[in-house]
Amino acid sequence: MIRPFLLLFASWLTLVAAHGQTTQLLNVSYDPTREFYQEYNEVFAKAYEQKTGKKVQVQQSHGGSSKQARSVIDGLPADVVTLGVVADIDALHANGNLVAADWQKRLPNNSVPYTSTVTLLVRKRNPKGIKDWDDLVKPGVQVITPNPKTSSGGRWNFLAAFGYALRQNHGDAAQAREFIGKLYQNVPVLDSGARGSTITFAQRQLGDVLIAWENEAYLTLKEFGKDQFAMIYPSVSIKAEPPVAVVDKVVDQKGTREVATAYLQFLFTPEAQELAARNFYRPLGPELQAKYAGQFPSLPLFTVDELFGGWAKAQPLFFADGGIFDQIYQH
Amino acid sequence: MVASLTRSTSIDGRWRLWLRRQILPGFGPALGFTLLYLSLIVLIPVSAAFVKISDLGGEAFMKAVASPRVLAAYGVSLRTSVGAASVNTLLGTVVAWVLVRYRFPGRRVLDAMVDLPFALPTAVAGIALAAIYGPHGWLGAPLAAAAGLKVAYTELGIFVALTFVGLPFVVRTVQPVLAELDPEYEEAAASLGASRWQTILRVIGPELVPAAVTGFALAFARALGEYGSVVFIAGNMPMKTEIVPLLIVTKLDQYDFRGATAIAVVMLVISFALLLVINLLQHWAARWQKR
Repeated sequence: MIRPFLLLFASWLTLVAAHGQTTQLLNVSYDPTREFYQEYNEVFAKAYEQKTGKKVQVQQSHGGSSKQARSVIDGLPADVVTLGVVADIDALHANGNLVAADWQKRLPNNSVPYTSTVTLLVRKRNPKGIKDWDDLVKPGVQVITPNPKTSSGGRWNFLAAFGYALRQNHGDAAQAREFIGKLYQNVPVLDSGARGSTITFAQRQLGDVLIAWENEAYLTLKEFGKDQFAMIYPSVSIKAEPPVAVVDKVVDQKGTREVATAYLQFLFTPEAQELAARNFYRPLGPELQAKYAGQFPSLPLFTVDELFGGWAKAQPLFFADGGIFDQIYQH
Repeated sequence: MVASLTRSTSIDGRWRLWLRRQILPGFGPALGFTLLYLSLIVLIPVSAAFVKISDLGGEAFMKAVASPRVLAAYGVSLRTSVGAASVNTLLGTVVAWVLVRYRFPGRRVLDAMVDLPFALPTAVAGIALAAIYGPHGWLGAPLAAAAGLKVAYTELGIFVALTFVGLPFVVRTVQPVLAELDPEYEEAAASLGASRWQTILRVIGPELVPAAVTGFALAFARALGEYGSVVFIAGNMPMKTEIVPLLIVTKLDQYDFRGATAIAVVMLVISFALLLVINLLQHWAARWQKR
């Protein structure tokens, strides 16, 4: 009678012991990476166990990029952050020194494992004939985009449109500001995150055009059906570079620095890059870029560094209280 | 203590009378517990907010709480909250009247429905309201076609959401008072020759006013703090449909912890002042009634 219980107890003990050896990682990320990291976590866990014999389990948390960064500042024990803009990881350094100042130099490609761009999503047959950024400021066109003060996607959208206007007007900032002012007069709703805007546009049927991440636009087509919407590539757009970083303070406390670093380094391997491409993120290497050229048409892309002198300058200039975005609404 | 109680000034006399009226002992420990509990649950978190902004200079404080955008948000929040609480006070009293005074099939179901806004997660309420009142919604589309009236993504939408979350507060405070109010008063008034309006205004009205005012205060306070349901239907446009709680969350998202707390403190002071005024009014009305 007792033996089966003993056996059960022993197996429970081994289970607990095995579980104890499994390292738990928490990846705090932003909204549209949900699907990608679900797949990536499994692939990484397998590869890591093969290489080192150690088990690892990765948990993920998603939300608006700035909101996520704030949770980490407030004490969410994230081993790694994979956020939407450099400014949000810089905030982890500025508030409580959670990551070292030189975090961007510790991984290849300035800690940017995949890129994306900003595209326009319109309703089927494109009734308003939208082809480029200047169609968004026409009277009677309703534009859906999230609030750039809370959403990293909203910030990329804003800077993409602003960059277009700068180029169009030979670098005249005053004219670019007039253009962006007209564009936001056409925005009827400012959701707090990119997913919120997608739902407003796709589910609630509001607006004629959604400014969206390329990967989010592809996901919307996949989710709601290709016959409902059409993707439009503008004449020029921005190169969105979502960065990743190990959170020093947390990994030193938990003793997970080695596995957390491996987790992020693995993002730059061909296997992970292919996975990113399948999840509609633009991969880094030229071979993969060629392979997925049909999915990611090439168009002229400018970067935040080229046009605005980096996020450290752009963030306060455009999005701080009283900045260029706030000024749109103050007359 | 004993000495002061035996002295026969008028205040001590009141004390003695009051102490003698208590049947159960334990005033001391009960008061101690009340103070401790209120401090833990209310006073300490609230004073933490004040401590957090104490190192914010006067100029920075004014910049955070009195910029045009923040002022516009106070306006939106106060207008919609007062509007929703007023409508709820009138219509909620009618609902309570119907539920108490009449017996009809389905009354219990209706009665239970009043509590739904309590039970529903506010985000769900907001999403549902935005879907119904949106430009392509069941109510939004016909309203826009018939009257050119836009509800979702306007101030009116915020008002609708706040009315929804505030309804139970008025109904549930007025209901027990109405249940205690014997219909014989109305019959007596009628038999003494009062018209229907006189009966409502001079017999039933004064009995209901204190409960209705309490209901108003609760619904108003709830509406000022409401966030979850409003953000989905408001459109969140700066200067137009941005409520104060959203502005606080936006500030937090910009890592401006002090600015967010400063706005919260201003809101706290405004609502405390308003609630105090309502309480004083009520106290004054009760004294006036007794005369």
